[in-house]
Amino acid sequence: MALTIDQPIEHKQQSLAARLFASQTFWVVIAVILACVFLSFATDAFATSKNLYNITRNITFVAIIALGMTFVIITGGIDLSVGSVLCLSSMILAVTMHAGYSIEVGILASIATALAIGAFNGVLIAYLGFPPFVVTLGMLSIARSLAMVASNNTVVFQFGPDHAKLLSLGGGAWVFGIANPVLYMILLALITGFILRWTKFGRHIFAIGGNEHAATLTGVPVRQIKVAVYMISALSAGIAGIIQTGWLGAVTTNLGTGMELQVIAATVIGGANLAGGVGTAFGAIVGAALIEVIRNSLGLLGINAFWQGVFIGGAILLAVLFDRIRNFRRSD
Amino acid sequence: MAVLELTNISRHFGAIQAVNDVSLSIEPGQVVGLMGDNGAGKSTLVKMIAGNFRPSHGTMHMDGKELILHKPAEARQHGIEIVHQDLALCNNLTAAANVYLGRELRRGVGPFRILDYASMYKRAGQLFAELKSETRPRDLVKQMSGGQRQAVAIARTMLSQAKIVLMDEPTAAISVRQVAEVLNLIRHLRDQGIAVVLISHRMPDVFTVADRVIVMRRGRKVADKTIASSSPEEVTGLITGAIEQV
Repeated sequence: MALTIDQPIEHKQQSLAARLFASQTFWVVIAVILACVFLSFATDAFATSKNLYNITRNITFVAIIALGMTFVIITGGIDLSVGSVLCLSSMILAVTMHAGYSIEVGILASIATALAIGAFNGVLIAYLGFPPFVVTLGMLSIARSLAMVASNNTVVFQFGPDHAKLLSLGGGAWVFGIANPVLYMILLALITGFILRWTKFGRHIFAIGGNEHAATLTGVPVRQIKVAVYMISALSAGIAGIIQTGWLGAVTTNLGTGMELQVIAATVIGGANLAGGVGTAFGAIVGAALIEVIRNSLGLLGINAFWQGVFIGGAILLAVLFDRIRNFRRSD
Repeated sequence: MAVLELTNISRHFGAIQAVNDVSLSIEPGQVVGLMGDNGAGKSTLVKMIAGNFRPSHGTMHMDGKELILHKPAEARQHGIEIVHQDLALCNNLTAAANVYLGRELRRGVGPFRILDYASMYKRAGQLFAELKSETRPRDLVKQMSGGQRQAVAIARTMLSQAKIVLMDEPTAAISVRQVAEVLNLIRHLRDQGIAVVLISHRMPDVFTVADRVIVMRRGRKVADKTIASSSPEEVTGLITGAIEQV
């Protein structure tokens, strides 16, 4: 039978259902839903508006950075410095505002700091060929230390003339009673999803993660894009830092300690591949949600908080296990 | 008129003379087999045509005009396309995405431009149809056979108005059945008036598909003759040095 030209073009790889079942993100969504249903019946406290408000808000800080981390991980890189960058950005914001500057100046200084750190990471990685792991591990130490220097290791909780504005920015609920951080997260997720799917930049990020050599040979500006992804990652940490400062109303120098691991866990659980070439914005959010639901449920079920690490670590391994099983099946 | 003409091209790296005083011309719609042992200077010669290296001496002309290349992108602008030995494909992307890698189509105005998936799928589908390949634009490259992957890499060279396609060992690592597929792809390029330079170690491939064979040894061109007037035995002798020069 002769094929017309339109048949192969219209032919989709797999049906929608098959694609759905093959997607790690889909199974994580199911896990989150099942956990929520279970917790609604098992505990009285879960399905209360106050608890749901708390959960959704807690998801956001990890989720926002996970969005930025997704860019880095798709290129096959890693950014371990995000927790420290979050702390430094928060501290720069706090110190600037405490010194009497307006919230605009504070946010500008904070964002600029984050972007500068991201650019520094990116240039070392893309142009000087440093391994991302090492560069960002160094920055993890440097950024936190700079935060201590900036604040003289004190707690900042007075933010000058715009104090109230900052607290409302992070702690308010301007639309339909949804916590502001959740709104920011949704907005940033939409932007991330759009960039990854619809822009040349997004396409090139996937190409670099798939085969960096091929990307170079076909004229993709690999180095510039790598610098950009580390700047995006740092920027997302900066944004999360600003929002978290507004929500907490105080900044200490141990803010965001260990957060890089939660962020990477969220990204990986959501379906991003540390080897590069795979990742979605939705996956990052869902991964962050699963982690938070686990955390929250352990508390509600009265399980000792020390067990948290076991469950979150287990979720990471389980997510990757699904991925392995699918690969085994494919190679058969 | 020759689409590409090299005159007395040499290239040395320090004291090593990789390519020594090579002149050759390539006609449109001609398949030229470029043969030689490892280190004979094939790759260096091709890299000069592709814009990776500049010649130390000699000149290149394309359609009668002098051709000076500073980087690979310029070679592409002049209609010189390369199919790399490893094909330079991203496994995680679709066939169409790979065809358009680095020159994606977009629609929209000014800075608000988004990827034009529909046009890319359509055009990639047309290219695969022209190549008589069963490759489908939406398929992921990681699920493809060696022959289909070749089709993707070759379709890439047909996006712009290529005049000459350089193929580096396209049949080195694929199955016998797929070799036939690739040789067919080369014929399709030729039929469209595109000159193909086929760098290969495989004697049967060159004798099946090429019109002319050029043999290099130790940086020099030792033979340049039509396939009809040569034989695999002669070429083997030229490659190894058993036959000095013809």
